[in-house]
Amino acid sequence: MSQFAINLLFVGASFALYIGIAIWARAGSTKDFYVAGGGVHPVTNGMATAADWMSAASFISMAGLLASGGYANSTFLMGWTGGYVILAMLLAPYLRKFGKFTVPDFIGDRFYSNTARLVAVVCLIVASVTYVIGQMTGAGVAFSRFLEVSNTWGIWIAAFIVFLYAVFGGMKGITYTQVAQYVVLIVAYTIPAVFIALHLTGNPVPMFGMFSTHTESGVPLLAKLDSVVNALGFRDYTADVDNKLNMVLFTLSLMVGTAGLPHVIIRFFTVPKVADARWSAGWALVFIALLYLTAPAVGSMARLNLMTTVYPEMAGEVEDYSDELNNPILYSERPGWIRTWEETGLITFEDKNDDGRIQLYNDDNPEFTETAEEHGWKGSELSVNNDILVLANPEIANLPPWVIGLIAAGGIAAALSTAAGLLLAISSAISHDLIKTMINPKITEKGEMLAARISMAGAILLATYLGLNPPGFAAQTVALAFGIAGASLFPVLMMGIFSKRVNNRGAVAGMLTGLIATLLYIFTYLGWFFIPGTNMLANTPENWVLGISPLSFGAVGAICNFTVAYLVSKATEEPPQEIQDLVESVRYPKGAGVATDH
Amino acid sequence: MAEEKVDSTGYWKANVRLIVGCLAVWAFVSYGCAILFRPLLAGIPVGGTDLSFWFAQQGSILTFICLIFFYAWRMNQLDKKFGLGE
Repeated sequence: MSQFAINLLFVGASFALYIGIAIWARAGSTKDFYVAGGGVHPVTNGMATAADWMSAASFISMAGLLASGGYANSTFLMGWTGGYVILAMLLAPYLRKFGKFTVPDFIGDRFYSNTARLVAVVCLIVASVTYVIGQMTGAGVAFSRFLEVSNTWGIWIAAFIVFLYAVFGGMKGITYTQVAQYVVLIVAYTIPAVFIALHLTGNPVPMFGMFSTHTESGVPLLAKLDSVVNALGFRDYTADVDNKLNMVLFTLSLMVGTAGLPHVIIRFFTVPKVADARWSAGWALVFIALLYLTAPAVGSMARLNLMTTVYPEMAGEVEDYSDELNNPILYSERPGWIRTWEETGLITFEDKNDDGRIQLYNDDNPEFTETAEEHGWKGSELSVNNDILVLANPEIANLPPWVIGLIAAGGIAAALSTAAGLLLAISSAISHDLIKTMINPKITEKGEMLAARISMAGAILLATYLGLNPPGFAAQTVALAFGIAGASLFPVLMMGIFSKRVNNRGAVAGMLTGLIATLLYIFTYLGWFFIPGTNMLANTPENWVLGISPLSFGAVGAICNFTVAYLVSKATEEPPQEIQDLVESVRYPKGAGVATDH
Repeated sequence: MAEEKVDSTGYWKANVRLIVGCLAVWAFVSYGCAILFRPLLAGIPVGGTDLSFWFAQQGSILTFICLIFFYAWRMNQLDKKFGLGE
């Protein structure tokens, strides 16, 4: 059977499974549609949350980020997991107790203000739409690489599948498909990682293998990697960073952004009890950690594999690497996976010094220029896109064709599961918060269901359009999504629970301050609305205020939000008694007892 | 009613204390051990690198998991103790 047929079989089988689940889990009521009827087991919800959370970026790009950045990019690992600790303790159980369907629901009711509700809806839609673009393009890439269809067709097929189970099944359909998608993606991620760890270190558990001895050279894997990249003029893989303030703030921004992202929060509305919301956050992190603990091993091992593929002599016991620099492999003898990926344009080779060999080194490092000139090198000749590491893993490790089929299904599962969660957050904000609560409160249950399905279909069309015509700023939008969620939504949600004193004016002022401060900082360096050339300062560390990058500013925006909300609330009247009672009631798991007895 | 009021204040205070404790550990492992204290921990070798690197890429995530389960377990006890569970 050809590789194409195997890929088709795996992806086709996974789609059949998702559609089967969609037919089984049709939504009958708005409660089914928004929160899966509120009866999802905490472990099931944890697994669905993990799939919801782990996007095309986690599955495809994170190992590549770690491989290229080493220690400095640990921020992504800690930020995207540490957010669950604050979510579990500061938000999830109380919002579950509040017992409604959406995030703007809570903000609008708690701050007794439709302005606050509207600001929350706008923040939610902007954050979710920017996030969903990446999922659609990610699915497109996976389709075009593995199923030999065009990118456009890939995105349309992805949109159609999501349409089937999200529009008919709502949260109920999405929940159970996400469970299936989690299983597909974690198996696909782990199998190649185990074989690579076994091959390089003899230890089958990647997270342990990473810290054990590299079999071929007899030195610890990370020490080996450091010395190899160092010999080629790169920074040590484990090198410390200079700007600790920026690293701390970036990690914090990712954490509060994670906790404030609406598509993650609404997953905790689906469990039966408050206690379940707490356990469920723990399970979600366990399932997420299975991938996130493996990713650094995949990153470091893939980097070492790449280097020793180009310089085979560097793999063994080497004292001084200067001799080994002389013998990179001949381009004509490059392995099969380099050939495969050259066809996609994600690996490119240019023989700058016409010696027929591949040179791969850091040509940006002035200290290494002399060494390069001694060897007659005229620049690094191989460029490898970071995103291919995970996708190319099975080929690098010489695994059988079915593993490649599995990776294809896994990458698509990661993109679709996150897209569906985001689309549900968008559609429920429109049908529930805008239409039902603000425009037409008299709408019938049936009418609201129809509105929810139509807005879901509309959101899918918008996401598809943006996936087909990604705005030039697609890569920067992650900063935008996390910045908005962290600087605008997270602080008011937390204050709404932990302070009875914060009132409507404080919340609106705080949200707008956090939002505007973050947007201004991002736009100053990345251009107004990301239009190239409109940035007022070049996006380089020298220009950043105190060395804080635009990506790290979400945490500062959140602090502004907290401060302004507190000060404005202090200066204005207390919230009415029934709001203070509402705050009381969300704090205690038991019934609505304490609050309604008044 | 009055009794329940006293109970619930105690419950909330205990909850906030627990959260502060857990978040102190959360900040200590991630911002402390993994980032800020790296120069101090550089001398402790772990598999070809130092302890801070391990915390940054493995240890902090494992601690986060323990923290959430510990919090959920303690809160279940508090729910029962104060009679505020579901």
